[in-house]
Amino acid sequence: MLFKLNPSAGQPLYLQLMQQIRHAVEKGALQQGDQLPGIRTLAEELVISPTTVAKAYSELEHEGVLELRQGSGAYISVKRRGLSQMQRVHEASKQVRQLLSELREVGLTEDAIRRIFEAELLYPAEVLSKQ
Amino acid sequence: MTNIPVIETNDLNKSYGQVAAVRALSLSINPHQITAFLGLNGAGKSTTIRMLLGMIRPSSGTGKVLGHRIDDANESVCLRRKVAYVSENKQLYDYMTVEQIIRFTRPFYPDWSLDRERRLLKAYELPLKRRIKSLSKGMRTKLALLLALARKAELLILDEPSEGLDPIGIELMLESLVAQNSEGTTVFFSSHQIPEVERIADHVCLLHQGSLVLDASLDDMRQSYRQIDLVFPSLPNESDVRVAGVESIRASGRQMSVVVSRNAEMLIERAHDLHASSVEVSPIGLREIFLQTVRGS
Repeated sequence: MLFKLNPSAGQPLYLQLMQQIRHAVEKGALQQGDQLPGIRTLAEELVISPTTVAKAYSELEHEGVLELRQGSGAYISVKRRGLSQMQRVHEASKQVRQLLSELREVGLTEDAIRRIFEAELLYPAEVLSKQ
Repeated sequence: MTNIPVIETNDLNKSYGQVAAVRALSLSINPHQITAFLGLNGAGKSTTIRMLLGMIRPSSGTGKVLGHRIDDANESVCLRRKVAYVSENKQLYDYMTVEQIIRFTRPFYPDWSLDRERRLLKAYELPLKRRIKSLSKGMRTKLALLLALARKAELLILDEPSEGLDPIGIELMLESLVAQNSEGTTVFFSSHQIPEVERIADHVCLLHQGSLVLDASLDDMRQSYRQIDLVFPSLPNESDVRVAGVESIRASGRQMSVVVSRNAEMLIERAHDLHASSVEVSPIGLREIFLQTVRGS
């Protein structure tokens, strides 16, 4: 992972580190289950105080972004369903809109489309319940 | 983890004849942290460090390092056994080779780490067979660092450790300090190099003309020190903007530049009440704070 801290910026170093880890999670550079370097390793790599790394890790643990396991390090734990769910819904409605306009173009009525959707939605549920 | 200060001094003074080198110094250094002892050349840093190690006697005042009184000859022996120290001029036995001095030093310290000794020898690229008197200044510093770091001491005190090191040497030295600190050693180092202090220190004590003029956590400073530049249609009195936390005020024409150590919001509100036509807030680095403090007093 590549972090770049600015010791001269008017923001505590542990906050800078927290933001960069959060940002890496948001853009997918760090994902669920990924391991972060240990406190000592990261402190040496960035040449910053181990106290700074420890503080950033423990605050991120409070936020639910990191899981600290005794002796084995820090792992990304993405408990951010709220946001990613929103993004997925947003993405899905774009796809549905696109599909609807295609179906209308081939001459299907709204009633017909609705029935198809309902049928398809029921279908996998029935299959699953029989298994 | 205990939070008893590793270094504590109370109203410490040291005078040489008429000259006061250290004045009324009260320090309290937290364990497990990296503390930088910042100050110009001649500010009294080395004098303080030598008093802490019991090498010179305070003119007045008291102090304890790892619970040992610094002005008691017997206790200062115990103290020096527990504290690893790198002196300002890196005094070493000149007639020995690198290998000889390492072998000579090792048996004095039961916690000596052979593993760390090997790693540092490799990282610092020290020539084992060379005599100390023919080492460069940088190599001498690296050797002194190695001898102090391999001891695995509870407290590490370094007097200007970056002196004489090239940029790569400084990088290696800083990495070593961080590594040592992550294993639980408290680090106290003097320096006048802002960039290295800014990078690794948790806490800064700024000494100027023998007095402690600033004692703060670096993250707190980053969080709350701000420079606020104001423009007024007509300049108010300085006393009108002097809210709690104002460290300095400079005024010229319609402009006023204020440095606050806290309460930036309160000052901004005050500026609006005084009909400021422009209010700009910017962070202020350790360099500016250092220069301002040193020049202001």
